[in-house]
Amino acid sequence: MVVGDEEIDRLFHALADTTRRDILHRCIDGEPSVSRLADGYPMSFAAVQKHVATLERAGLVTKQRRGRETLVRTDAAAVERARRVLDELEEAWRGRVGRMADLLAEMPESRAT
Amino acid sequence: MTVVSVDRDLDELTLVLVAEFEAPVERVWQLWSDPRQLERWWGPPSHPSTVEEHELAPGGSVTYFMTGPGGETSRGWWRVTAVDAPTSLEFTDGFADASGEPDPALPTTEARVRLAERDGVTRMELRFRFDSAKRMKQLEEWGAFEVFPQSVAQMDEVLATAQDTTQEAG
Repeated sequence: MVVGDEEIDRLFHALADTTRRDILHRCIDGEPSVSRLADGYPMSFAAVQKHVATLERAGLVTKQRRGRETLVRTDAAAVERARRVLDELEEAWRGRVGRMADLLAEMPESRAT
Repeated sequence: MTVVSVDRDLDELTLVLVAEFEAPVERVWQLWSDPRQLERWWGPPSHPSTVEEHELAPGGSVTYFMTGPGGETSRGWWRVTAVDAPTSLEFTDGFADASGEPDPALPTTEARVRLAERDGVTRMELRFRFDSAKRMKQLEEWGAFEVFPQSVAQMDEVLATAQDTTQEAG
């Protein structure tokens, strides 16, 4: 499945914030309510709610109403997609660095042309 | 281990890779400054690269193409922004169209190379910054990443072989 560019933009915008990444961590195992999340940060309930909304638009978390509370859960697959892009660049350069080392071993005395 | 560390920053969309080579800094610099050496490590074994233009000077260009197993080629370019031989190189890396012209619609990456020698060991720091997340996605869709995992496995074999050779030679 091809993910649209707009979706990817939202995804990275959502990830480019320390608080939002912290919220993602907290919502992987448990399923805290927005108000419980808000207790953990030196910011207003509204500010935390806004962060959660950004994460939700990016597809990184899902919200579920339970009684008077809204529970937040991280979508691990979406976080993984973002990480994979950097993983692959890292692998590409590990490959290049390996080939550089190989070349140095093979041609230790090479001179610049 | 050649690769010492890899750090990524999702805030800045950067990847920083540090590697160490048991070679003088001038020798490591040649991997970048000699086009014949550059083309031996730039592309994975399945996609050998050929460097055409190679001007390591501010405003200069490096152009290359990679040839796939079926004979298909893809072109790329660097625009050099800063050079201080043999320790520093900065460039923007991007894709080109079939005629070799930079394609503005395609992704670019800013790369910064720093080399420093100490006790005969050269430390190479590579810093990459994406121009936007959207373009990272384009890279992925182009399959630019897919050709590499396979080459990493091959690289391990090559390195193991190279190490044996070195030990035998020493």
